[in-house]
Amino acid sequence: MNLDFTPEEDAFRDEVRAFIAENYPPELRRKQDADEPLSKEDYLSWHKVLAKKGWIAPSWPKEFGGTGWSPTQKYIWSEELAHADALATLPFGVNMLGPVLYTFGTDEQKQRFLPGIYNGEVWWCQGYSEPGSGSDLASLKTRAERITADDGKEYYIVSGQKTWTTLAQFADWGFFLVRTDPTSKPQAGISFLLIDMKSPGVTVRPIITLEGGHEVNDVFLDNVKVPVENRIFHENQGWTCAKALLAHERSGIAGVARSKRNLEKVRDIARTERSDAGGAVIGDASFRRKVAELEIDLTALEFTELRTLAGESSGKGPGPESSILKIKGTEIQQRIQELALEAVGHYGAPFLRDIGHNVQIGPEYARGVAGEYFNGRKTSIYGGSNEIQRNIIAKMVLGL
Amino acid sequence: MDFSFTDEQSMLRDTVASYLADNYGFDQRRNVVAKEPGWNPNVWKAFAEELGILGAPFPEDLGGLGGGPVENMIVMEEFGKALVVEPYLSTVVIAGGFLKHSGHPSAAELIGKIIAGQAVFAFAYAEPQGRYNLADLTTTAKKDGGGWVLNGHKAVVAAAPWATHLIVTARTGGGQRDAQGISAFIVEKDAVGVTTRDYPTVDEGRASEVFLENVKVPAEALIGPEGRGLPLIEKVVDEALAATCAEACGVLRKLHEGTLEYTKQRKQFGVPISSFQVLQHRMVDMFIALEQSVSMTYMATIKVSDDAERAKAVAGAKVQIGKACRFVGQSAIQLHGGMGMTDEMAIGHYFKRATMIESAFGNTDHHLARYEFLSLGQAA
Repeated sequence: MNLDFTPEEDAFRDEVRAFIAENYPPELRRKQDADEPLSKEDYLSWHKVLAKKGWIAPSWPKEFGGTGWSPTQKYIWSEELAHADALATLPFGVNMLGPVLYTFGTDEQKQRFLPGIYNGEVWWCQGYSEPGSGSDLASLKTRAERITADDGKEYYIVSGQKTWTTLAQFADWGFFLVRTDPTSKPQAGISFLLIDMKSPGVTVRPIITLEGGHEVNDVFLDNVKVPVENRIFHENQGWTCAKALLAHERSGIAGVARSKRNLEKVRDIARTERSDAGGAVIGDASFRRKVAELEIDLTALEFTELRTLAGESSGKGPGPESSILKIKGTEIQQRIQELALEAVGHYGAPFLRDIGHNVQIGPEYARGVAGEYFNGRKTSIYGGSNEIQRNIIAKMVLGL
Repeated sequence: MDFSFTDEQSMLRDTVASYLADNYGFDQRRNVVAKEPGWNPNVWKAFAEELGILGAPFPEDLGGLGGGPVENMIVMEEFGKALVVEPYLSTVVIAGGFLKHSGHPSAAELIGKIIAGQAVFAFAYAEPQGRYNLADLTTTAKKDGGGWVLNGHKAVVAAAPWATHLIVTARTGGGQRDAQGISAFIVEKDAVGVTTRDYPTVDEGRASEVFLENVKVPAEALIGPEGRGLPLIEKVVDEALAATCAEACGVLRKLHEGTLEYTKQRKQFGVPISSFQVLQHRMVDMFIALEQSVSMTYMATIKVSDDAERAKAVAGAKVQIGKACRFVGQSAIQLHGGMGMTDEMAIGHYFKRATMIESAFGNTDHHLARYEFLSLGQAA
């Protein structure tokens, strides 16, 4: 047991750190620093830099463009991205659909869709949740009926409503779970379809979330015609793809590196902000206690993640400890957001979205803190709520 | 980075686990702790002679197994699972630590006796007024010719009734809470002037109030530097804390496993109570607390040898372990219902040990304050 990095790993850290410093898009940096809304091009600018370098999809198999990095290298990479405050690249194509495609897709489907994901040419969104199907995802009702059209080809005619579709307003394509067999058991009648968002019958309607942002959408599907060759894996076996997607990329889900960085920022704020007694907030007994407890919890999570990585690299696969990463990771993210909001005091209140960024109200670091807190409540709800995660651990790990 | 165990380490774990499975069952232990002397010298003999584990963290040229903190962790975790009362911690980890780090002239000889099972140590550091402050000492050691004379009252000295030797912390100078003026001494327990009042502890160990009245010891009883002994004491206590965290992991694992097993068997409303979601979620949270404790114990065990990172690592680990001991322990009793309240079931005994570990060498508040200082600097 040791925590030492090899000289090769140290050199790797230097290399990736230098690359990020030299190649991070300056316009994206400026907008992030000013807490300005990001355009589609902003999101993709960093993605494209990484794609060109060959580093956009470290976890993919090498034959599809993966880096072949060891788990430790991936850990270093995530640390360096967080250290540089680099924008998290969009997960929908690279982390979610990509693995489903190379695991379950036909050769033709891989050739058709993987390069667009890799290069950031096609923006993907995820059509899973429905108004009546949240935690009970398998109850989804969006219907896909198979027909033979006048052109002699087979199509699915898809109708229904998807919701919480993140950044669908920018999406070129979406991957959807649809019901192809309404008579069988819920999980058994679902198929995994790729749908061109420009198809007639697809409507995207914004949902404004409580912090005022437009991140998620309703997606209405009204008799959308989808070629049968856009189905991944077998008909009625889409649940297999959906489950594989949820289980993928367990490491990284904890967000340890970003939380460490964000906690550092909270400490910086608390060194600047004054307490009631006139000293720095960081010297305030109850505040520093919360910071210390958070740091300790985060350290525990970091070592749980490292144990998971070690299990992966030794070929044993992630142990049961990996199942707790989502729960603890999101709880910690939320507590950091909470502390940041506490730390900024009065200047948590101004709502500056519609006020020009040249207008300075309060300290720069206070801008966006409340928004992040409100928006961050999503993390314990999405990706299988933390209550559902507990159900999964109870069943899969504890055998209850 | 590497979290795997060597073949020798895995073998050590298997050896300890299988010995305890055969010789340290719950009923066997119950019989031993219920009567005098409260421990089993034959088990200690077996540790020395059959298993060789009393040499686990000592160099091979002194007759040890050549291990270190990881070996202590492995042994202590298995001890936690079996609620072992025999004084590995105070003898091998603490006295062994003092002897290894101090370069004491008799170190090799005493380590040899420890490995052979002939010397049993208790660590007399706490005092009635001092709470968890290692520097709060009223026990004095005054120069007396070539040697020293010790006077004072040491509180709740674990394993003292079984000990052949004590390690005693005392003031050789300075005021009651000064960091300077602290020294450590090896005192033979049968030395003239040492008296003890022995008693059982709530977790079925044994301890003593130790009274030192004009105890004369020779010059070489001093272990570590005179007057500047606090850093050595802190280092050894941090090693003891890391080992205690490992013991806690064993205790917590049994608390969690026992609770899973019980709730699967116990039926109410016609079904096993483990089918109730509110209980399932509680057991998942217990599982999370356990796994996070294992992670922190690994972290502390790896960093305990690094003097720059040791204190913060150990303080952080003890906070995690202290919280987990309380939450998992209390939850285990709650989920066992009335049966959890009985002396008959093992679960309550694990809960009692977990509760004592919470405050061992400083409770959660103590180590949180320590961590705060190390991470965030002085409070306002």
